[in-house]
Amino acid sequence: MMNEMLDQYASIAGEHVVDQLRQLVKPLKGIRVVHVNSTRKGGGVAEILHKLVPLKQELGIDVSWEVIEGDSDFFSCTKSFHNALQGNRIKIPSRLIDAYERVNRRNAERLGKVLEQADIVFVHDPQPAPLLGLCPERKGKWIWRCHIDVSRPDRAVWKYLRNHLTGYDASVFSLAAFAQPLPHPEYLIAPSIDPLSEKNIDLEESEIDAVAEQFGIDRGRPLMLQVSRFDSFKDPIGVIRTYQLTKTFVPTLQLVLAGGEATDDPESQKILDEVRASAEGDPDIHVLLLPADAHRTINALQRAADIVLQKSLREGFGLTVTEGMWKGKPVIGGDTGGIRIQVVNHQTGFLVSTPEGAALRARYLLFHRDLLQEMGRKAKNSVLENFLLTRHLREYLTLMVSLLHGGGDRIELE
Amino acid sequence: MVKTNKIHNPFEIRDCALAAIATGQKAQNLRELLQSIRSVVPGSIVYHFWAGKLRPRFDDPEFNNDFAAWARHALHDKLLAERLGMIDPTMFEGVEPLRQELIDIIEERLDETERIPWSDPDQQFHFITSQIVVFGSQRVIREPRELVTVVPSMTSGSIFYHFIDARRRTFGHMDDFRAWLYGFNDRYHDLIDLLAAVDPFFSSLPELRRQLSALFEEYFGGNA
Repeated sequence: MMNEMLDQYASIAGEHVVDQLRQLVKPLKGIRVVHVNSTRKGGGVAEILHKLVPLKQELGIDVSWEVIEGDSDFFSCTKSFHNALQGNRIKIPSRLIDAYERVNRRNAERLGKVLEQADIVFVHDPQPAPLLGLCPERKGKWIWRCHIDVSRPDRAVWKYLRNHLTGYDASVFSLAAFAQPLPHPEYLIAPSIDPLSEKNIDLEESEIDAVAEQFGIDRGRPLMLQVSRFDSFKDPIGVIRTYQLTKTFVPTLQLVLAGGEATDDPESQKILDEVRASAEGDPDIHVLLLPADAHRTINALQRAADIVLQKSLREGFGLTVTEGMWKGKPVIGGDTGGIRIQVVNHQTGFLVSTPEGAALRARYLLFHRDLLQEMGRKAKNSVLENFLLTRHLREYLTLMVSLLHGGGDRIELE
Repeated sequence: MVKTNKIHNPFEIRDCALAAIATGQKAQNLRELLQSIRSVVPGSIVYHFWAGKLRPRFDDPEFNNDFAAWARHALHDKLLAERLGMIDPTMFEGVEPLRQELIDIIEERLDETERIPWSDPDQQFHFITSQIVVFGSQRVIREPRELVTVVPSMTSGSIFYHFIDARRRTFGHMDDFRAWLYGFNDRYHDLIDLLAAVDPFFSSLPELRRQLSALFEEYFGGNA
């Protein structure tokens, strides 16, 4: 029972991978680690912490997860930060900045003792970033973990946040391209998927059939799928164009565009309306609005697809690409961001810049089933080697060893 | 670490993991690349030739170092990519001669071209360096035939440490297996020759593990 989770991961990633984690964690035994973020459920950060924290505990690290408590002004402010850091030009009222600082002060009073006594503190994203400056008696190493792409931030917002970040001992970004200069080491840890989550776990064929039937998808005919928000950067209209161009040569083709329900975001609703207009009159295009927790449905749709598309014009890391590859599907992806790291042209899929390019590759794959299978196999292997949670955990452990053992380009442990 | 040329010294299987660290240096055109190659920390040159094998990515089947891949995919300079792709880091005694080879090739290319090749803004070359953490696996072998059973279950980190990283730290710049086998006098000279013929530069770590496993299996005839 002690190592129940680790044993499950060993059955997928390999016993040697988990043995490696057990060896790497040895110099970390006895240290106290705290993760801090702003929510316990919802969003990618909470999702990853729900797995990483118990796995670290199973490995024998004394680790806890603290969540800061905020009010609506605080979250309005941090949502604006999020958008501004990703490139939107936003003027944030001083009232909201005041709320941001006030909430952090209040949380520092509540959590200060735990944080100050920890050997390593991971602070996730901008929401709790000021805590470092509010814990003057801290004894450990503090790391700011940035999960978002800050390669082209709104400069005024970045300048403000930077003041809260310069005191950290290190920061972590998902890709080198996402980082901003800071006066401390900037580690790079790519995201990962959890093979045991509802979104990625193996499914029975009968369950895949049932989901397909629920949405009127014919499993006897070829299917292309894109899973993404209805956002212009995800180019859903380009995906429909890709499908239309391909269907000329593969008349039985079906397309699923699956995304979250439209929010009150006017852009999202506008794109969704355009998508519906483009898809109108074609019963083989399925535009699905799924609830945020429809992980198993997404899983089944990815497994039902022949080809996964992620025809983004701009993309962060693109975990939907990783998910598709894990299901053994070749991915036709936009030549941008983290898609480039995952999709290797002619190996795990194709990188494209236009609907025409995507359609050409889709036709090619649908007429060369053996190559489609081979690429899918390579894609799955690539995720197995590179993008599973076990690799993510290994890199966190390596980072902690690195920070606790100081500089130099080589650390030799006994 | 393996100690070379000691008779029947046990072989301790070690493992390693990399912490990748951004240097903050980046290049958008070939001249900026050259400037950064001149000044970047030695670890970054090593990283972009070797450490790619241990980081989350699929090996580029066409180019086996990051400079060549960037020249091809971001600068669209096929000629430069081919020249950079032919650099074999095992042929250089240390990082500085390797750095100089890069500089020479890029300078030559800049002399040949009338316009400096540029990449798109989102395809800049980001210089990365790394810290390697080396740790034990609690596995020790005393007889070479034990390699038949041990190598297939070695992690990618372990293969990297013993077959690639070893070339930077052993006398004669060889892998740890050969260094250890030399300690058995001349008994395994043919196995040493077979290992010398395995080119680590053109294979991913899982492929290397498969190659080495097959090699030991065939040599010892499954009599582990």
